[in-house]
Amino acid sequence: MTATIEAHGLTKHYGKTKALDGLDLIAERGQVTAVLGPNGAGKTTFVRMVATLLRADAGTLLVAGHDARQSPAAVRRVIGLAGQFAAVEPAMTGRENLEMVAGLFGLSRRAAKASAAAVLEQLGLVEAADRLARTYSGGMRRRLDLGASLVGAPRLLLLDEPTTGLDPRSRIELWDAIRALVQSGTDVLLTTQYLDEADHLASQIVIIDHGRAVAAGTPAQLKQRIGGNVIEVHVRDTRDVATIAELLTRLGEGVVQIDQATRRVSVRVNPTTDGQMTALQSLHATGVELDDVALRQPNLDEVFLTLTGKQTSDNHDVTPARAA
Amino acid sequence: MTTIASTLDYSPASATRRQTGLAKSTLTVARRSLLRYVRTPQLIVLATVQMSLFFLIYRYMFGGAIHIAGMSYVDYLVPGFIATGVLFTGMGTAAAMAEDLEQGFIDRLRSLPIPRAAVLTARAMADTAFLAWSTAFTAAVAFAVGFSLHGSAIDGLAAFGLVIVFGFAFEWVFIVMGMFAGNAQAAQGMGMIVFPLVFISSAYVPVSSMPGWLQAFANHQPMTYMVDAVRSLTLGSHAHALLGHPSSYYITRALIWTLAILAISLPLAVAKYRRG
Repeated sequence: MTATIEAHGLTKHYGKTKALDGLDLIAERGQVTAVLGPNGAGKTTFVRMVATLLRADAGTLLVAGHDARQSPAAVRRVIGLAGQFAAVEPAMTGRENLEMVAGLFGLSRRAAKASAAAVLEQLGLVEAADRLARTYSGGMRRRLDLGASLVGAPRLLLLDEPTTGLDPRSRIELWDAIRALVQSGTDVLLTTQYLDEADHLASQIVIIDHGRAVAAGTPAQLKQRIGGNVIEVHVRDTRDVATIAELLTRLGEGVVQIDQATRRVSVRVNPTTDGQMTALQSLHATGVELDDVALRQPNLDEVFLTLTGKQTSDNHDVTPARAA
Repeated sequence: MTTIASTLDYSPASATRRQTGLAKSTLTVARRSLLRYVRTPQLIVLATVQMSLFFLIYRYMFGGAIHIAGMSYVDYLVPGFIATGVLFTGMGTAAAMAEDLEQGFIDRLRSLPIPRAAVLTARAMADTAFLAWSTAFTAAVAFAVGFSLHGSAIDGLAAFGLVIVFGFAFEWVFIVMGMFAGNAQAAQGMGMIVFPLVFISSAYVPVSSMPGWLQAFANHQPMTYMVDAVRSLTLGSHAHALLGHPSSYYITRALIWTLAILAISLPLAVAKYRRG
């Protein structure tokens, strides 16, 4: 079976900036693949290439078996794109927006109407369907935008940071919508800066940095490599930071991160429940006054620290929103 | 909750899906731009009120001080005002194009299986339609404040048609501008280059009243030919005395300019759109 996306040595330079620097990536069929990375890692550049909006300087890119450089028209027939902006027409209703895109996808008027109606229901926009999109909330617009990308029933859905800028509730609603899609058999490629998002939605995660893939695997495999949860302790008194740091060095795995300014100390702990309980009990036993203790998934910085031994690249965005 | 599978039932299998035709995609995209005009009354009202205000200022304030031999100023002004008006309307095109790019709308369209020519053609067509509307409105205001056709009604309609043809050509210039500008504000700023074209022309005052070095520009820039072509059709028998040549002289030259503008801006727009 052909992979949905097969990229080898993809390279794109903007002057001295290497947006993509020899990216290798394979997205299998029938699953959600998440491209995870900090700002400027090359995520958007990659999605734009898959969507045929951008051409690689070097390397090969096959989308559903079609070469994106040689036959972009064939690629456009199998993809649906939802970019970082809600690219919907504010002066049209939700339904009109979807029917327009469906029509452009080549559906007959009747088929376009039916498809738009089905998507509106799928995304919970039936009540708002005949209101102008400019009256929609941010979350509704993003859902409508997602709807526009799938109203043509594409085989591959491309979602570029679909939940960036959404409030937590809208974010979860969008997650639900994406999950429902996947169950119906659409392949999805999504980019995100959030580890939890990739974890929730994807069966395959590719972590990229500086335009290259630095790790790939299922969420479970990656978590194993990263090694469980992080315990983060917020100490009340600055003088106790050293005590806690010393304790966490013994309990945890890997390097203890100490932030004197905010009096926070954190370390990875054994992912088993026992390991985590032990850590909490030992903390309690010290009698040190704590403001807060949290057990959480490692954030992207910590993942990078573990996988690459260095912090994420600075947050400057090396991917121009639009190639000039 | 219906699953997306029901959507799939209505659509042709991906493998057999063909590119949507040029006419259908152009009309679909153009419809969206027109709906935007119709459903954003502020756009239309603001544009027309502004246009009418400027027109009335010229007609009644400056008009009293400008004397054209052998005719009333309103008859001299209207063809110039309407012909140069296409440039002001076009500034909106540049801004709208830049906005579509900025907000990812063009990205969406470029990722769809439609001919690449459709998006730009739709923009040019929809905005030309808007131009036709605002030109007709300005003409109506002009007639209301004393403008009259000295030639035949057919000549008057031909004059109107010419203005729309010029406007269509300039739309492509503004589309290019919008694509290079990157955002709506920059596009508005770049639009300022229309001012020398509008004012250093025969639109508002006779070129002969300008200093020599300005005359050199005014006499040879496209707007002057376009204004005079329109004038030659609306002034009837006065035209020859004022302009010195028959209509065909101005119309031919104005149309050559129109073609030249299209020949440069259209391929440039398409190339820029393809490259993304």
